[in-house]
Amino acid sequence: MAEPILRIEDIHKAYGKTKVLRGVSFDVAPGEVVVIIGPSGTGKSTLLRCVNLLTVPDRGRVWLEGVELTDKAVDINKAREKIGMVFQEFNLFTHLTAVQNVMLALTKVKGMKTAEARARAERELEKVGLADKADLYPAELSGGQKQRVAIARALAMNPKVMLFDEPTSALDPELIGEVLEVMQALASQGMTMLVVSHELGFAREVADRIIFLEDGVIAEEGPPEQLFVNPRNPRTREFLYKLTELYGEHGEPKSRGRER
Amino acid sequence: MTLTETLRFMWDILPELLQGLEVTIQLTAMSLAGGFVLAVPVALVRTYTRGPLNWPATAFVELFRGTPLLVQLYVVYYGLPELGFVLDRLLSAWIALFLNSAAYQSEYIRGAIQSVSRGQLLAARALGMRSLTAFRWVVLPQALRLALPSWSNEVAYMVKYVSVVYMIAVGELFTRGQLIITRTWKVGPTLFTVALIYILVVYAVTKVMDHVERRFRIPGLETGVEGREA
Amino acid sequence: MRCVVYILPAAKLTLLVTVMSLAMGFVLGMLLAVARVYGGPVLRFAAASYSRVVRSLPTLVMVFALYYVVLMTDFLGGSRLASAVLALGACSTAYQSEIFRGAIQSLGSGQMLAARSLGMSRPVALRNVILPQAVRLAIPAWSNEAAIVLKDSSLVSAVGTVELFRRAEHVAAATHDWLTAFLAVGLIYFCLTFLTNRGLDWVERRYRLKV
Ligand SMILES: Nc1ncnc2c1ncn2[C@@H]1O[C@H](COP(=O)(O)OP(=O)(O)OP(=O)(O)O)[C@@H](O)[C@H]1O
Ligand SMILES: [Mg+2]
Repeated sequence: MAEPILRIEDIHKAYGKTKVLRGVSFDVAPGEVVVIIGPSGTGKSTLLRCVNLLTVPDRGRVWLEGVELTDKAVDINKAREKIGMVFQEFNLFTHLTAVQNVMLALTKVKGMKTAEARARAERELEKVGLADKADLYPAELSGGQKQRVAIARALAMNPKVMLFDEPTSALDPELIGEVLEVMQALASQGMTMLVVSHELGFAREVADRIIFLEDGVIAEEGPPEQLFVNPRNPRTREFLYKLTELYGEHGEPKSRGRER
Repeated sequence: MTLTETLRFMWDILPELLQGLEVTIQLTAMSLAGGFVLAVPVALVRTYTRGPLNWPATAFVELFRGTPLLVQLYVVYYGLPELGFVLDRLLSAWIALFLNSAAYQSEYIRGAIQSVSRGQLLAARALGMRSLTAFRWVVLPQALRLALPSWSNEVAYMVKYVSVVYMIAVGELFTRGQLIITRTWKVGPTLFTVALIYILVVYAVTKVMDHVERRFRIPGLETGVEGREA
Repeated sequence: MRCVVYILPAAKLTLLVTVMSLAMGFVLGMLLAVARVYGGPVLRFAAASYSRVVRSLPTLVMVFALYYVVLMTDFLGGSRLASAVLALGACSTAYQSEIFRGAIQSLGSGQMLAARSLGMSRPVALRNVILPQAVRLAIPAWSNEAAIVLKDSSLVSAVGTVELFRRAEHVAAATHDWLTAFLAVGLIYFCLTFLTNRGLDWVERRYRLKV
């Protein structure tokens, strides 16, 4: 394996008495796509937020390109520019149009001139197929379009790594495809991605590795073939069975009933 | 008095009343502006800090919202001179009014800040913004937009409540009306004219603020936070 | 502290004025609200106009207008107190009508339809289905209104009613200590609004509708 671009070492995090993460470690190689699965409340979101330190871990360290982000001396805002993040609830800036959403951090963080930022933002929107929606407000976009704007907003910063936290689970079933497509294209262009998702079809096709997180530790990890066909841990088998039950083989939910 | 005499009388007192209206509008505008300037930091301190910085801000807001404006006005105008601050009527009126308005405005802004979802700040920080940058460009604009409807109410409210300074004889609209009444004893026509002016002004304010709200309409940010009923 | 003791007895009058005004506003405001939601076009227009006009006027204008009316017509024996209650009550009527209208409208038409489908007449449905729910929904806004009327009752001192504020002026004039007198009366008002809000919070929790 090549030198890892991202290294997570022994992350612990507790909220009060509940120990959410209890020592999670793994490496991500450049261009690798890692999908994290696991039951609700096992700390998948917490883990992802620990990577860009939106949540500060109680213990453990995070490296990006050989630089330790958990080091107090590191400017975390600089590091976050290199780590794009996409949220389950989109979190588009409500008061800004699609293109302004993409521009904001370009001007306020990267210090770009407005015209330059706009050009850049328009290009990013075009890449996710939303050039014609640039001047609409988030409330005027569908869920799938919102999420694609959110992806464009993150990509505009030229990140080295992208974090996705259940990017499709707030979406109506018919809108999931358009977002997964964008993510798949991104993966094929060689973006390093860390994805929390229960879209098994996506995981099977796109993931290089799957991590099964349970009770704050990694219960099993391996390539999709191994986890899907021949999981070592019975808990993995059980969880995947339940997921397939609920969503079907290819990530199409059988029953409506949005997971929240 | 015949109807024509009455109308004639109303016409004659109009210039004097309009002079008063000018004072009313000046006081309203200055109190709203002064109130806003104080309200933003108070709201920030109350939302984001605890302890020694938070409690004076909280005490200020609760005290000014919990007592009549009239009492606040008298403390400033009659009370402060005992401490060596002798202020003229207009200045006293302004100070009491803007402090009062600041307390209410800070509550609208605080409520609005709190109703901006946490995810907005999270997304901003994830893009590498510092907390101040994120607040300035993401949270504050949304909060101000959300506070706009209650702020519109506050404008109408202040137009009406400026009349309270009649009690220390600042020559605003209502005071002028009272002066005319004591001079002419034509109570009905005078009060009627004064009332008419208030109705028109409040109506105009409402229309203007409706226009402002539409002008700054942002899809998805229409529902504001409750203001004091006006 | 001595100041508080001198001023405090006048709280009785402040509370009397407040409670009577609120009661008047409650009854008339409720009638106006019902008129606006269920009345015919004329009634609706009249109720809406009253509310709009009165809400555009400063309370002080209403206080003086009713003072002059009561004085000149010798209505209710020309009592200042009566004029004060009428003025604050007339104002509160307008604001309370808005509060109750909002509450009734937020119930939606389903409740009325359901009641009518059970054979209740409109007045019966109103009394037994709509209003009990609307009143409960209105409590938070009503609590606000109560505090406002309490504070605005200080304005009736302008027509010579010796309630808390006027009493404070008397004490100040006698002691020549204006600051202390007005801080003291401020403290009393603060406690009263605080207690009003807390009391109504309790009522709200006690009678909250569980849905
Ligand atoms: N800020 C917080 N304060 C307190 N507890 C928290 C906080 N964030 C998360 N938790 C708790 O930590 C646990 C893990 O939360 P997390 O959101 O990481 O789980 P998850 O695996 O992402 O679940 P889901 O699949 O439902 O998104 C949960 O029990 C949650 O209640
Ligand atoms: Mg999660």
